[in-house]
Amino acid sequence: MAQQPFTRCRDYPARPQQVYLMGTCLVDSFDPQAGMDAIQFLQHHGVEVLFPQQQSCCGQPAFNSGFDDEARQVARQQLKAFAADIPVVVMMGSCAAMLHCDYARLFEGQPEEAQAKALAARTFEFTEFVDRVLCLPPLPASGERVVLHTSCSARRSMGVAECHQRVLQNSGVEVVEPNRVTECCGFGGTFALKQGDISAAMACDKAEAVAACGVDTLVSADCGCLMNIGGTLAKQGRPIKTRHIASLLRQRQEESL
Amino acid sequence: MTVQNYDPALMAAQVDNDEKAFADLRQRHFKARAKLSLENEQLRGSFLGATDFLQAKRRAVFEDTSELEHLRDRGEAIRQQSLAQLPDLLETLEKNLTANGIQVHWAETAEQACAHVHSILAANNARTVVKGKSMVSEEIELNHYLEKQGIECLESDMGEYLVQLAKEMPSHIIMPAIHKTTAQIARLMHSRAERSDGQPVPYTEDVDELIGNARAILRDKFASADAGISGVNMAIANTGTLCLVENEGNGRMSTTAPPIHIAITGIEKVVADLADVPDLLSLLTRSATGQHISTYFNMISSPRKTGELDGPEQVHLVLVDNGRSRMFNHPQLKPTLQCIRCGACMNHCPVYARIGGHAYGSTYPGPIGQVVTPQMQGLDKQGELVSACTLNGACGEACPVRIPLPKLIRELRHEANSTAPASELDIPGKGSQRHLGEAVVWKGWALAHQYGPVYRSMTWALSRGRSLMPHRLGAWTATRTMPMPAEKSLHELAKAAGIQQQPSGVEDPS
Repeated sequence: MAQQPFTRCRDYPARPQQVYLMGTCLVDSFDPQAGMDAIQFLQHHGVEVLFPQQQSCCGQPAFNSGFDDEARQVARQQLKAFAADIPVVVMMGSCAAMLHCDYARLFEGQPEEAQAKALAARTFEFTEFVDRVLCLPPLPASGERVVLHTSCSARRSMGVAECHQRVLQNSGVEVVEPNRVTECCGFGGTFALKQGDISAAMACDKAEAVAACGVDTLVSADCGCLMNIGGTLAKQGRPIKTRHIASLLRQRQEESL
Repeated sequence: MTVQNYDPALMAAQVDNDEKAFADLRQRHFKARAKLSLENEQLRGSFLGATDFLQAKRRAVFEDTSELEHLRDRGEAIRQQSLAQLPDLLETLEKNLTANGIQVHWAETAEQACAHVHSILAANNARTVVKGKSMVSEEIELNHYLEKQGIECLESDMGEYLVQLAKEMPSHIIMPAIHKTTAQIARLMHSRAERSDGQPVPYTEDVDELIGNARAILRDKFASADAGISGVNMAIANTGTLCLVENEGNGRMSTTAPPIHIAITGIEKVVADLADVPDLLSLLTRSATGQHISTYFNMISSPRKTGELDGPEQVHLVLVDNGRSRMFNHPQLKPTLQCIRCGACMNHCPVYARIGGHAYGSTYPGPIGQVVTPQMQGLDKQGELVSACTLNGACGEACPVRIPLPKLIRELRHEANSTAPASELDIPGKGSQRHLGEAVVWKGWALAHQYGPVYRSMTWALSRGRSLMPHRLGAWTATRTMPMPAEKSLHELAKAAGIQQQPSGVEDPS
């Protein structure tokens, strides 16, 4: 996991003509509309979005479980899918962190090491790209309030917690953050299955803190956290809906047209 | 003071029950320990409250984040430089300690370390020992060893004293009795603490009185003990000095009042020079308890000299390896040894905050415990600890010497599932957590995700079969609803919308 000052100090390119979108496997199957919203949002701002059909998963689930060979097999496919030298915008903080922070270790001493490092350098988390590269003028206030959950990878590995806040505020929505805002929701990929009791306790505490905000929409740029917290809220019968930040940004963009 | 419904027999029974509950917890596996701890509302409240409090204290003394980051850079550099020259520094340390009159003993294993301490005590016919706080002595289970040899070993740090009275283990490396409520401590002191006149201490729930009672008992023990045992926070090679950081004065009493002082520490605690100490000390106290400086800072450089009126006649240092050389030689896991044992990682760990220290079943709990313990005791015995982490990174962010704890936990998961042949240099139990079922799942997962057409067929089937999704999925659906796949995948939606795949001129990799 990279240190914060390193990632916060990274250089950002001028607005490119083209970017790749890495949908991520969770968005692909569970919230594909967020991916389409991101594509339309970016294209509206004059950035052509490319979506390689060969992409699948960044390899993080296996990597974080200690199965490096399997993670590498899958990661190699992403090196091929995102081969051209243009920025890669990633729909989830944790997958962005896998590419940006962990591919170097995964491909250490491998023939693809240089390629993996080059990909890491041109990988951006979605809100990071919107905030730091697009630099958009603010939209008028909408009166809408949302609770923001920033994933631990977005906050600590990518260092983009402020980007999450800024893109939301900039789109005219009011951001509310729950108590113990920096605390993990307890998802942790396979952790949720391997240590189900601890994960559930953490998710319940997070759901409680989110519900205490008294706001009916929870947003995040990580599908895993949203499934974890949202699933817990739903099981408890609390009427709080979950949305990817990209969908909210696209909605605000359309409302402001 | 008067206490409503005062019933000493009931109190003693409650204390016995706490002891039994702890003994019962110790017998169980990690998951069962975690579950029991999660179900204990009092415990959940204690730990969540304590970690919130300690996080706030640390934040308050590191208000200037740029100063904090600068200090962390310094701390990391000092620890890394010390480790880079560890063998040389240890030789220098031994030479200078010996020149100062401090006797040095090397122990490769926990057993050897205990035997060294015992032989020093036996040679001096010492039967009673007071101990300042030492996590290494917990690691080597010294109290247990000495008890079997008929030597009384009394803990003198307040938290350690309470844990010893309760016949438990520390639940935190800095605050050993953090899991106990004031009421529990009041009952414990009244039921089990014995004054020098043989009488029980009066029942009180007043914290100052409780500490006063313990202090009175310990004062007598300091005065009469045959030997004192302490830990070491930093050992300075160039001057041959042992540094001890503490708040209660019990460290100074244990190391000065009895005629013999035995210090125990891990071989990684050495630094080159006095100039390395201030930054590490500042990082240690601020990260651990949110103090700018501890109440006491002891620098021990020799036994009592001719003409001096106090101080021990003998000072010994037992340097313990117990797996540390193996950590030193492991390219990825070496940063484990940077640790200065401040406890900030556990104070910031959301898993520790929920299950507490005892659930880990190891001397060192929390993130650093998850890294140290399997390396000391083997992945076969303590391998499950490495799965109890979400890799959220809060520990790594708090660590004053920038140990990349999440990275190390991930490396240990890799070691635990490794199929590479094990050598003598490897962590014991390498590959022991690899189970056929999980290995097959990951093989299947890799096949499904490394070929585009296979992956797309799988997501297609998932979306078309969404109505057939099970409503239950193990622990996930016990507290959550089942996530529902969308009707069409993003791959399908993007293709239908005519989204290009590659820049013009670049071929599709398929």
